[in-house]
Amino acid sequence: MDKMLKLSSSPHIHCGASTTSVMRDVIIALIPASIAGTLIFGLRSLLVIAVCVATCVLSELLFNIIAKKDMTIKDLSAAVTGLLLALNLPANIPVWQCVVGSLFAIVIVKSLFGGIGRNLVNPAITARVFMLVSFGNMAKQAFPKGVDTVSGATPLEQIANDNTPKLLDLFLGTTGGAIGETCAAALIIGFIYLLVRRVITWHIPVAFVGSVFVLSYFLEGFDAFKALALILSGGLMIGAVFMATDYVTSPSTSSGKIVFGIGAGILTVLIRHFGSYPEGVSFAILLMNILNPYIEKFTARKVFGGTK
Amino acid sequence: MSFFLHGVHVPHRKNTKDKPCVRMTDVKSVTIPMVMHIGAPAQPVVKVGDEVKVGSLIAESAGYVSSAIHASVSGKVTKISEMLISTGKKVPAVTIESDGNMTPCEDLKAPVIKNREDLVEAIKKSGVVGLGGAGFPTHVKFNVDPAKAEDLVINGAECEPYITSDSYTMTERVGDIEFALREIQKHFSFKRIIIGIESNKKKPIAAMKDMANRMENVTVKVLPQIYPQGGEKVLVYHTTRKVIPTGKLPIDVGCIVCNCTTIAAIGTYLKTGMPLVEKCVTVDGGAVNCPQNVLVPIGTALSDVFEFCSGFKTAPEKVLYGGPMMGITVPDLSAPVIKNTNAVIALTEKEAKLPETAACIRCGRCTNVCPVGLAPAHIMAAYKKRDSELLKKLSVDTCMLCGCCSFSCPANRPLVQTNTLSKQLLREEREKEASKNG
Repeated sequence: MDKMLKLSSSPHIHCGASTTSVMRDVIIALIPASIAGTLIFGLRSLLVIAVCVATCVLSELLFNIIAKKDMTIKDLSAAVTGLLLALNLPANIPVWQCVVGSLFAIVIVKSLFGGIGRNLVNPAITARVFMLVSFGNMAKQAFPKGVDTVSGATPLEQIANDNTPKLLDLFLGTTGGAIGETCAAALIIGFIYLLVRRVITWHIPVAFVGSVFVLSYFLEGFDAFKALALILSGGLMIGAVFMATDYVTSPSTSSGKIVFGIGAGILTVLIRHFGSYPEGVSFAILLMNILNPYIEKFTARKVFGGTK
Repeated sequence: MSFFLHGVHVPHRKNTKDKPCVRMTDVKSVTIPMVMHIGAPAQPVVKVGDEVKVGSLIAESAGYVSSAIHASVSGKVTKISEMLISTGKKVPAVTIESDGNMTPCEDLKAPVIKNREDLVEAIKKSGVVGLGGAGFPTHVKFNVDPAKAEDLVINGAECEPYITSDSYTMTERVGDIEFALREIQKHFSFKRIIIGIESNKKKPIAAMKDMANRMENVTVKVLPQIYPQGGEKVLVYHTTRKVIPTGKLPIDVGCIVCNCTTIAAIGTYLKTGMPLVEKCVTVDGGAVNCPQNVLVPIGTALSDVFEFCSGFKTAPEKVLYGGPMMGITVPDLSAPVIKNTNAVIALTEKEAKLPETAACIRCGRCTNVCPVGLAPAHIMAAYKKRDSELLKKLSVDTCMLCGCCSFSCPANRPLVQTNTLSKQLLREEREKEASKNG
């Protein structure tokens, strides 16, 4: 008798992408920013990254075991959350705070809502906001070696005080801020990698950064230089490229992505300009995460030949 | 309204593109199932012991939507038995032992066509059904008010990986296609006859353009290389800019859609009286020793076809009728080549391996690649709850089962498979509703 042939429903081929390959690409895209952060803020950056990644992966592992869920750490999504959270923290943050933040991201924001794909808001962003409002020292950013850390102000504070830093410093990231957010050049390299690998599309980052630029340009009295400094400062680049594009919490259609990006851009500028916090990117993305289901609803693709 | 129809880039793997097509002549026996089309099973008109020749009628069409079936070899009917076909049904099948001579039936002669009714009748007698895959009896498509039929769209897209049998038709059977189109045009008044071909098929495009230049109202539309250009709705939109509404047929927007090989088969019958008894089949896949296009008598077992192509390099894991995006797996190699078989693909274990299914990460790829703009992830959630109202709202009946969603899903979720189940659920509910209303 013939060897039994396998029966299955079509399609019989696959594009080859997997959740793991997508997450691996995100990690690769974050390597330039991680290296830049380590060079700028010193080796302690690596400690923060290691603690966050390890805590995220371990907490997901333990949660899956305790809750008797399928093991999901191999998909690398917990590692991405840890890495993103670390890059959004100052290098001088106490280790225990890293641990608490990571636990919050994985257990509270992700796992309790059902794990990967089920979370309503981005775990790394939400953990960062949680830490920002819980730990007073989060607002005190780390500074590169050689910069006066006592009187030092972050670029956004400098801009607010009409002391706009050099664009080159902002581009290379040799300013105060979180580990991975200051070096725009490294983040743009990561952005291009993600585009080439088709992990994300241009829509959210371009709409987000573009709308911040345009609005800042108007609010800052038509000063293009200042507007440019504003888009290179704070957490905008890392937020627009890596956090706002999180699949789970952002729209899936191109039009939805543009709406999401512009919304996040407007909120960012409003918080930066009128709010009591110097930076508004995290809050803006978090708010847009919450609005996401509605954006999805109103920007759904039209069905070809459908009755709607 | 203008649409941009999405899709996916599938691997081409057209290994048989530049190879000559070889005819299989030494088939020992064929087993022809009485269902190779959509509709009622054909009624056998032969009995065990009857002598038949190539082209002899062995089963007649049993109803309006049905099709005649003819002997594909000359020899003796040795068995009329039951056979399991790919739909999961058991149907009668006629086995003919070949005498090795392939003697054509002497009664065959070109039909005399005086009017449209004659033409439709001739198509019916030719046993031609939709050879692109669906197997819908072609005479039914043409039995329409000619005032309604504005456009004849000919499918030469051949967008599935591996398959090159339509390319063979379009380059080597130009005469048959031209003969059929001229005859059809005499009795219909199509404003346009448009042949859609994917842009990577240089030779077929050149051959068809050459033919179109000799004819009136015939044009070739070069289609982008995005799967699924050959999907009926996609093809009609890209050739005529007409949108077929969900649940409607091409004729509702004034179109008749036929595969190029269907047209060529009609041409052969009109020219010579030889009905559909042989198919050009692309034999390919990593497990096959010598991939090539083969002209196979209908009813030949796949094991014989693979044997003809020097057998297997490695034992195949999956064998498909058709391409890997929409093809149907066969349970074993005794399955025959039937009318709408355009390819048989034998995949190795490695080729057939699909990634493991994981949780949805809401990446939106399924929605973004869907040619008709569906949201397969939402459909899956609705199907899990058996929420038929939501399924209707999500327009699942628009799905043409092209498989782009499942192909692209990083979590390899069974999306198109769930669409199939959802469509079935809605169909069953409609049937229940209909029987309730008497």
